[in-house]
Formats: sequence, C-alpha cells, structure tokens
Amino acid sequence: MTLFPYLVAGWILLAGIYGVVRSRHLVHTVVCVSIAQSSTYVLLLAIGYQRHATAPIFGPANPPDSPVVDPVVQAMTLTDIVVSATVTALLLALVILVAKRHGTVVPDRLHALRG
Amino acid sequence: MGALPALVVVWPIAGACALLVLGRILPRPAVDGLALLIAAVLVFLTVRLLVDANRGPVVTWAGNWQPMPHRTVGIVLVADRFAAALVVLIAGLTAVALLFGWHYFDNLRAHYPALVLLFAAGMCGFALTGDLFDMFVFFELMSVAAYALTGLEIEDPESVQGGLNFGVINSLGAYLCLFGIGLLYAHTGQLGLAQLAGVLAGQQRETVVVVAFALISTGWLVKAAVTPFHFWLADAHAVAPAPVCVLFSGVMAPLGVYGVARLYWATFTVAIPSVAVHRMSLVLAVLTMVVGTVMCMLQRHLKRMLAYSTIAHSGMFLLGVSTLSPAGIAASAIYLCGHAAVKGALFLMAGALLAHYESLDEHRLYGRARRHRLLGVLFVTAAVLLAGFPWSATGLGKALLEESGHSVVLGVLVIAVSAGTGGVVLRAGLRIFWGLGRRPATADDAEETTGAREESDTDTPPGRTPATMLTAVLMLLLAAVTLGLPGVLGAGTGSAAGAFCDPAGYTARALHTVPAALPPAPPEVGWTGIGLGLAALSTTAAVLVAVLGLARVSRATPAGPVRMLHRLHSGHLGDYSAWLVTGCALLTGLLWLP
Repeated sequence: MTLFPYLVAGWILLAGIYGVVRSRHLVHTVVCVSIAQSSTYVLLLAIGYQRHATAPIFGPANPPDSPVVDPVVQAMTLTDIVVSATVTALLLALVILVAKRHGTVVPDRLHALRG
Repeated sequence: MGALPALVVVWPIAGACALLVLGRILPRPAVDGLALLIAAVLVFLTVRLLVDANRGPVVTWAGNWQPMPHRTVGIVLVADRFAAALVVLIAGLTAVALLFGWHYFDNLRAHYPALVLLFAAGMCGFALTGDLFDMFVFFELMSVAAYALTGLEIEDPESVQGGLNFGVINSLGAYLCLFGIGLLYAHTGQLGLAQLAGVLAGQQRETVVVVAFALISTGWLVKAAVTPFHFWLADAHAVAPAPVCVLFSGVMAPLGVYGVARLYWATFTVAIPSVAVHRMSLVLAVLTMVVGTVMCMLQRHLKRMLAYSTIAHSGMFLLGVSTLSPAGIAASAIYLCGHAAVKGALFLMAGALLAHYESLDEHRLYGRARRHRLLGVLFVTAAVLLAGFPWSATGLGKALLEESGHSVVLGVLVIAVSAGTGGVVLRAGLRIFWGLGRRPATADDAEETTGAREESDTDTPPGRTPATMLTAVLMLLLAAVTLGLPGVLGAGTGSAAGAFCDPAGYTARALHTVPAALPPAPPEVGWTGIGLGLAALSTTAAVLVAVLGLARVSRATPAGPVRMLHRLHSGHLGDYSAWLVTGCALLTGLLWLP
C-alpha cells in the first residue's frame, strides 16, 4: 500500500470544496461539487487496488484462489457514481431555475435568503 | 416476521412508483386517496414492527446471507426498539404531511406524494440499517428527495435558491462522510456496524479511526443542522412547503443526531475515548442551542423562526447524546416526540396562514388573522407546549434533559432555549391572531428575509381552513399532549434507551440474533416534582419573553455581536461551504484532543 493515492484523493476533495467556496458561477459550483465527489472514487478504488491482481471475475483463466482486486469498493464506487449523477442532475436543474427566477447565476448577487 | 424491516423500506418506494405511473391516469382525489392509503399501510407496518421489536429485535439479512461464525458477507437491517419507534414516527409524520397536503397543492399531481414517500423510505432505511455504506446510500436517497421537495415550487425565486443551498451543502457533507467510510473500510475491511465494532475492539486512539469518525460525524451532523453546519436548514425550511417542513423538522434533522449516536454506541465505544465524544458533542450542542435561540428571537419570517427553533432543538438532542448515558438518550427521544408533534403542528399552521394571507411576515400579518379563532387558539397552545408546558411530551423531555445533564449551567441553558423559542413563537401568535401589543413597524431591512411576499402553495380561497388541515394540526397537538402524560412513554423508553446504549447488546442482536447476556439497568423515566417545577418555570419565562416582545415599540437594529451573527447568515453558498470545512476541522480537533 502506498500513501500517494490517498493524498491525491484528499487533494481532489479539498480542491472541490475550495472551488465551491470561491465560485462565481453556479454551474461552476455544481461542477466543483462533482469534483469533490470524484475524490471518493479515487479513494475507494485505491483501497481495493492490488498490484498484479485482476478483475474479481472467476473462470477457467482466473481460478478462485488467484489474486483479485476488492469487489466491494468497486460496487461502492458504482453506487457512488449513480448517486453523483442524480445529485448533479438535480442541482443543475435547480441552477437553471435559479437563472430563470433570479436572472443571474452569480452567487454574490443572490439576495433572496438572508439572516 | 423477519421480512418486516425490509418491507418498511420497500413499501413506500413501490408506492411512489405506483403513484407516478397511475398519476397520469387517475383524477386528483384518487391520487391523493391512494397516497394516503399507502401512508396508512406504512403506519400499520411500522407499528407492527414496533410491536415485534418489543418482544425482541427483528433482524433481516438481505438475500438471506446469514452470518457464519467467522465471516459475514450479508447486509443487515436491525430493528431494535429505538429504531422501530423512530420508524413509527417517520411513518406517522408522513401520513400527516400527506393528509395536510390533500387540499394544499393545486398544480402538482402525483409528484408531491411520490417524493414524500421516497423521502420516507430513505429515512426508514437510514434508521434501520446496520451497515455503514447503506447508511450513506439511504442518507443520499432521503437527501435527493428532500432537495426536490424543497425546490418544489419552481415559480418561486426563494424556493429554488433554498433548494440549491440545501443540495450543495448536504452533498458536500455526504462526501466528507463517504470519505470517512472509505478510510474506515481501508483500515478494517468491514462495513457492518457490529462487524466494525469487533475489529475496532482491540484498538484505541488510532489516528485514522478518529479522523474517519470525525468525517462521518460531520456528514450526519450537517443533516442535523448543528452549528456551524446549520445555515442550509433555515433557508430550506423557510422555502419548503409547510407539510414538507413537518418531515424536515420533525424527523430529518434529528435523524442526523441519531446517526451519530447509533454509530458511536454500535461501533466506536472502545475505539474513541468517551471523554472526546462527550467534549465534541457538548461543545457543538451548546453552540447550536445558543446560535439557534438567538437567531430564532431575531426573526419575523414565521417559517424561518420555526426553523431556527428547530436548530436550537437539534442542539438539545445532541446535548442528550453528549451525556453518553441511557438517561440522556431517553430524554432526547422523548423530547424528539414532543418536538416533532408540536413543531409539525406549528409549521402546518404557518402553511395555513400562508394559504389565507400570502404572507409569512409576523409584522405585516399583525392582527390580520383575527377571524381564525380556532387556528389562533391552536397556535398559542402549540407555542406554550413548545416552551415545555408541564405534562406535555416537550416538557417531559426537557425536564429529563435538565436532570440527565447533572449541571446547573446546562439546566439553565435548556430552560433558556425552551423559553426563548417558545416565547418568540407565542409572541408571533398573539400578534397575528389576536392583534395584541403595539403595531410593529413593517419597514424592510435588506439584511433579512421577511417573508412579506411569499407565494402561496395553493389557491385555496381565503376563508375557512379545510377540515383536513385542521385534523392534521389537531392530531399532532393531541399527540404532543398525550405522549407527555405520566406513564405513556415512561418505562418503555427507559429500557429501549438502555438497550440502545449497550454495544455488546447491539453486536449480539445484529450478528447472533440472541438477546444480550446482561441487559443494563434502564434509567428512571418519568415526571418528578422538580421536573414539573422546571416545566412550569420555563413556560412562565416563555410568557414573559412574549410579553416583553409585545411591549417593545419597534425593534431597534440589533447591534454588536448579534448583528454580526445576523450577517453571518448570508445565503451565500461559498460562505456556507467555508463554514462546513471550519466545522469539520473543529469537530476533528475536539475529538483529537487528549
């Protein structure tokens, strides 16, 4: 196990959140949210990865005791991608509505909710 | 009946699908009737589950992958009494929300009931599951349904912005949480709560475990709207339709606190020192209670006022957890029942006001609702119950919280929170329905949301409040009163809380489906003389707060730190995200300190 992929995952997460904090366009905000989420893909795949291991599908070429990568984290990543697609689609739909109702997509100019 | 926990999750999802398909064909009353029927069946199923769970925990292994002595690969749903009771609460509030929604929305066909049912399914799954990754998935299921429900009124600018703020902040919280789950899995190779407890039993204060717990707790506490993660809640509650707010405020936010408590007791009692968890939850709880109460007292937008009082109450639930004792858990649980019922009724009445007067501004509504006498009486009653009236569920929970804390300062704080939030709502009720006090100024301040020009969710003509709405409000208030009567929630809650705080018991139930060897002694739960006295005291204080509020001519612009606090709630996504990261760092630091 090497530390590198974990550091990459942590970096991507922080970069995504930083992007949301500094965002000047709501579509950019939503993309940054997806970037923050993509850090979890890197993390999960890094956890399951093994050198010289194959996909977790057993058959004649790949007998049951041969080394394979962890299928649990792969399943988790797939679930995560589905969640991400749903959330991103919903947030983008809301951004379109914000653009229609407020006439702007700049977070600094949204003043409907304060205090 | 082992399949019941799974059925509780699957039934509302199936119902939502059926509604979406049939919604195109059936007329409106048939869609509403069908939705209500599905919710009623869900209530029946959950009550049945509670009855079964009272005899012994109901455990379901998905796909019948039963655990073997040295290996488990299955995913489990564990309905102990506590989780089962929570699921009953979810189902009950769902039914009430659908009942109230009967005459409420005019232009929405099957989408509203279908989303509410999906939301309920996510919450039920979150409460029942015994698997960490499943917790995340159900968390996201309820979140996505909740974002959509918040932005339901797509014509309204505030509504879509509130939905967006809610969505972005909760998603970021969820990803931090998933990051923690990943780290934990990397460290232990397990995802089941009971299995994790087994692996972590031999380890103390491993850095990666502390960080993982902090990240996961951040995710759940974002949902619980604990300061400084609370900003989204006021925005979301202010704009979501009233019946949706009942679910948001009544169960969704408290579920976050439940998630942390469940995780700690099922998994981390050995791996994280109890003093660290106590410190973390106590600091955040006190912070949340203070910020929530102060912000609540500054509001004139009715639904925002109720939202901030929910934040303050979220702090009270966390305060109960911070005692790390069955007594504290029992207190939080009873307070939750009272809070859910009273706050739900108040949100519904705010919704009724909005339907009649197209405004939620306390100042502009001054004296306008004099015709609705019954609604006025109910509103004032609910406000008094919120303050912790003796022999009500809120009063009992509050009294138990004060006693379980074993600290005079915390006791005074709990009374102040109850009196402050109850008193402000009472003030608003007396102004709006009875026209008491001086007429408040209606000038707008650019720094606050007044709710003066809210669009109604409905075009119900102004006049009588529909019977379905009144029934929903009455049912909730009746529940708040009866649940607090001596003997109703007493012994059962005590022993359920005792079992909840028993890690060995949870592992035994989840993995071996046999009762724990030595059930811990349940705490005493019930009214005491001191409790009644304190309940009366906080009610009196609330009336005092209301009278003082009414007597003041016009509100001077808040100065100093209060104004600063007011300005922090900027409605800006970037600010909220920055606070999220700050809070996560604070939480980790509090857990890390020796």
